[in-house]
Amino acid sequence: MNQTDLSKIFKSLGSVIGLIGLSLVLSFLTPAFLTVHNILNVLRQVSVISILAAGETFVILTGGIDLSVGSMLGLCGVMLAGALKITGSPLLAVLIGLLFGGIMGLTNGLLVSKGKLPPFCATLGMMAIARGLSFVYTQGRPISGFPQSFRVFGTGYLGPIPVPIIIALVVFIFAYYILSQTVFGRYVYSLGSNETATRMSGIKTDYYKTWVYLVSGLLAGLAAVVFTARINSGHPAAGEGYELDAIAAVVIGGTSLSGGEGTIIGTFIGALIMGVIRNGLNLINVDPFWQQVVIGAVIIFAVLADQRTKQR
Amino acid sequence: MSNGPLLEMKQICKRFPGVQALRNVSITVCGGEIHALVGENGAGKSTLMKVLSGVYPPDSGEIYLNNQRVNISNLQEAQKLGISIIFQEFNLIPHLSVGENVFFGRFPQGFCGKVNWNRLFSEAEQILASLGISLDPHSLVKNLSVADQQMVEIAKALSLKSQVLIMDEPTSALTQKEIDILFALMKKLKSQGVAIIFISHRLEEVKEIADRITVLRDGEKISTAEAKDLTREEIANLMVGREMKTMFPKQEAKIGRIILEVKNLFRNGKLDNVSFYLRKGEILGIYGLVGAGRTELARAIFGEDPIDKGDILIEERPITFYSPYDAVHAGIGMVPEDRSQQGLLLTQSVEFNISLPSLMNYANFGKINKKLASEEALKQVKALNIKTPSLNQKVMYLSGGNQQKVVLAKWLELEPRILILDEPTRGIDVGAKAEIYSLISNLAQKGFGVIMISSELPEILGMSDRILVMNKGQITAQFNREEAEPQKIIMAAAGRINNESN
Repeated sequence: MNQTDLSKIFKSLGSVIGLIGLSLVLSFLTPAFLTVHNILNVLRQVSVISILAAGETFVILTGGIDLSVGSMLGLCGVMLAGALKITGSPLLAVLIGLLFGGIMGLTNGLLVSKGKLPPFCATLGMMAIARGLSFVYTQGRPISGFPQSFRVFGTGYLGPIPVPIIIALVVFIFAYYILSQTVFGRYVYSLGSNETATRMSGIKTDYYKTWVYLVSGLLAGLAAVVFTARINSGHPAAGEGYELDAIAAVVIGGTSLSGGEGTIIGTFIGALIMGVIRNGLNLINVDPFWQQVVIGAVIIFAVLADQRTKQR
Repeated sequence: MSNGPLLEMKQICKRFPGVQALRNVSITVCGGEIHALVGENGAGKSTLMKVLSGVYPPDSGEIYLNNQRVNISNLQEAQKLGISIIFQEFNLIPHLSVGENVFFGRFPQGFCGKVNWNRLFSEAEQILASLGISLDPHSLVKNLSVADQQMVEIAKALSLKSQVLIMDEPTSALTQKEIDILFALMKKLKSQGVAIIFISHRLEEVKEIADRITVLRDGEKISTAEAKDLTREEIANLMVGREMKTMFPKQEAKIGRIILEVKNLFRNGKLDNVSFYLRKGEILGIYGLVGAGRTELARAIFGEDPIDKGDILIEERPITFYSPYDAVHAGIGMVPEDRSQQGLLLTQSVEFNISLPSLMNYANFGKINKKLASEEALKQVKALNIKTPSLNQKVMYLSGGNQQKVVLAKWLELEPRILILDEPTRGIDVGAKAEIYSLISNLAQKGFGVIMISSELPEILGMSDRILVMNKGQITAQFNREEAEPQKIIMAAAGRINNESN
């Protein structure tokens, strides 16, 4: 086994060890933590963020960033809620959510690839536009009350397992396959490692860059389906600040913000770590205001630890 | 050179993952000496200098300066001790002026930290004048030529009162005239008692300027000798550790039909009515000085730069390239001038790099056949004799010559019809150079059309079937192999249009 393999394993292990350590401490502090019920609860709570984070992983691996995922979730949510109110068709609602996510993601992608905008600017603009449009469309009032056939996406169970967990897992398995097994996945890493050299290897960098933002938009649409079904309401403020949680999950999971390095499994663990901290702090009755402080500290610590291992 | 040893490095060892970069290397440098450090890529020259300048801590060994043992753990400490290094890639800030760069981090300050600009620029002017450099301290570094930027680096180093000046391949991007100016400056510094450690791949330069020469090979010191006691061939033999075979193993290749034709190519300010053709099995050398438009021509043909006017025909079919993607699909591969920025993904593995352009060929509905990709990459690693501990090694840990072979391998794997090589041996040691030459020669024999851009005349003369010379975006002359003479080529590169051979 050579050096690169070892350091890769060590790096992915780093966040796993963090997660296990955290869980051990919490199960010691409160018996309520390590129960099947609570674990499923944590998984369900992180499902929306982790779906967003999966899309964000693609973007960050190319060296970009998508600040608009939370707002896209918001706009997709109210649009699909509107469609549901008018037609009553859950299938159509899902399609509308994905369609709007796709359109916004595609726009982000084209702005970055063809428009040569820095991803930060393009998606910052989209973040404001999407949020604004969701308020315009709803006039600030949530759209509530959906048929059970739609609500399953957020509240249903498949056997003992909540549907949102299943959806998130499918997304992650699929994303893992794409990133590790396919040509597209290689190009994503390649773009983040050196875009010029990638283009000069005869690869349509603009095309694949656009796709990456499209993927992020589509997943924001999917996250909107789960979120809207779960809270039984299309709220124009839904997903506010989620972009930061998604980015945090990716970063805690060991993906480099400059691109080219990182794994989707890392992102999943990153999302879990955040979920476990929130859940654990709730269980041991820590003031929710302090939770933000802890999450912030964890982000800084994770990146510090990551840089240390890289210097080895 | 009558002064005693100014600097001594004793028994320096340094290990990187997978390689022992330095093994018990000791060198001694005197004040007022130009000491050349030569060796193949990966021989440890740059590593040794990075140890000396505090970039890398040594695993073991001692450094003495003026007979005092010193510990150098970063560049600032080295500078305080009077050791300055000028890297191959300059450490200048492009958007600041010459004066600001010279005094960067040490601006003369007045009341409340206000920068005393008058003093800064007048002192910078003094330093430049004392070195005989005619540069305006107010001009921005980004507007300077590479040679002038180098002068700024030297001025910066000397403003730090350096006793030891390390220059890592200072001449690789300079023209002959600029090299002459640099050497004059080096001699001046030497007369002032500065010790200069000079790393170069160009043995004739080493012979010309150095007092003593230390040869490194595979991380070990092979010998140190007076420059006048060694011939170029002897140095080369010491470097590679074996008798050098013929440097240019050009073999006769069957030259066939025209595969690439360029007609009246224009690009504003860069290319001016360029027309030429390339035949199957031919090595077409393009010579010119830096800035003559050779790289611009290559990039235009490869679709990386837009063209204003003109036609490109491949196998007699006119084709428009909007991006390198189109060029690659038309059968063109390119080994760019700037290996690390344009040719390689440094943080990815050897296998990743080699397979990148041809991934689609190993894929079934987008899924990569990883086993096939590895096998193919391994084949290339063996065929090109790429020295790497494994296919998973990150390319950044390979030596320059092996990195260049990886770039070549990625194109060979795709089997293009036309290969454009832009300065294929820049910054590569003698041994790897010879290997790359024989590779190029083999490619021509196999029926590739090869365009080889180079600033090295021996390489152009030794390898090309036909030579084009460029100046200011134009082709100023064309020579067949038999009629090519250095004198004529240099004249054409300097801008004399030579119509008789056209």
